[in-house]
Amino acid sequence: MSGQPYIDDVRVGDDLPVVVKRPTTRQLVQYAGASGDFHEIHYDKDFAVAQGLPGVIIHGALKSAWLAQVATDWMGAAGRLESFSVRYRDMDVPNDTLTCVGKVVEVDGAAGRVRCELTLTNGAGKVTTTGEAVVVLPKR
Amino acid sequence: MTSPTSTLTPAMQAAVGKPGERRTAIVEWGAVVRFAEAIGDGNPAYPDVAPPTFLRSMGRATPDLPDAATVPRVLDGASEWHYGPPVRPGDAIDLTTVLESLREREGRMGPMLIADYVTTYVNQRGETVATQRSTVIRMRRSA
Repeated sequence: MSGQPYIDDVRVGDDLPVVVKRPTTRQLVQYAGASGDFHEIHYDKDFAVAQGLPGVIIHGALKSAWLAQVATDWMGAAGRLESFSVRYRDMDVPNDTLTCVGKVVEVDGAAGRVRCELTLTNGAGKVTTTGEAVVVLPKR
Repeated sequence: MTSPTSTLTPAMQAAVGKPGERRTAIVEWGAVVRFAEAIGDGNPAYPDVAPPTFLRSMGRATPDLPDAATVPRVLDGASEWHYGPPVRPGDAIDLTTVLESLREREGRMGPMLIADYVTTYVNQRGETVATQRSTVIRMRRSA
């Protein structure tokens, strides 16, 4: 984090600070417990393979939490997340390095509102999850 | 009309627009702490406020989908949140989920049933703290 951003200083094309995750199966179990999503494809390899999956896969909602973190890390204590969306384009698996980035695509200076595109890229360089956040920032 | 290969049954179609049971849940401080730990987010605002996707952990009281056993494979498709005032430990959240729409599409792995659910979260002051539209993809068992 590099301090509170103000709407006056934000420009289209600005990059948000990167969030990098390297989830383990342990984290998937931790997330299953914390979220209440006990779908077996996230922790039971035999079950996941029987469903035609390569192995256990990461909860979509966990990936969405990481993309939301890109926006919330950046917007600071005085920022407000107004809306947030994600699309799951492909599955992700544990023990991969997942890089979450954000870019400012629209700035409404009068309303203090900023729209950011978000992407999650796997270790092979493939974008598996995309999203968008709308954040309201303070004025100087 | 449903073709013999359709995954969309008349009973499923009849469920569109119907809400699941309304439920109330308390936002527990420890639950917010564990959720922030599980997602690996050390934001200093937590747990005095809950992370944006925390509400999903309060359950969705999702209405039952008739004939769901015919399409047992379930994957997340998309999720969209709109936020109101912050969610804090101690809040009593009323939540209701409606099956908003059902449609069918041919996918890489055969016919896919795409369901949109909308969940509305209202706090003890009557403020809508969030709405979430989640898109769930259901498929037949693999051959």
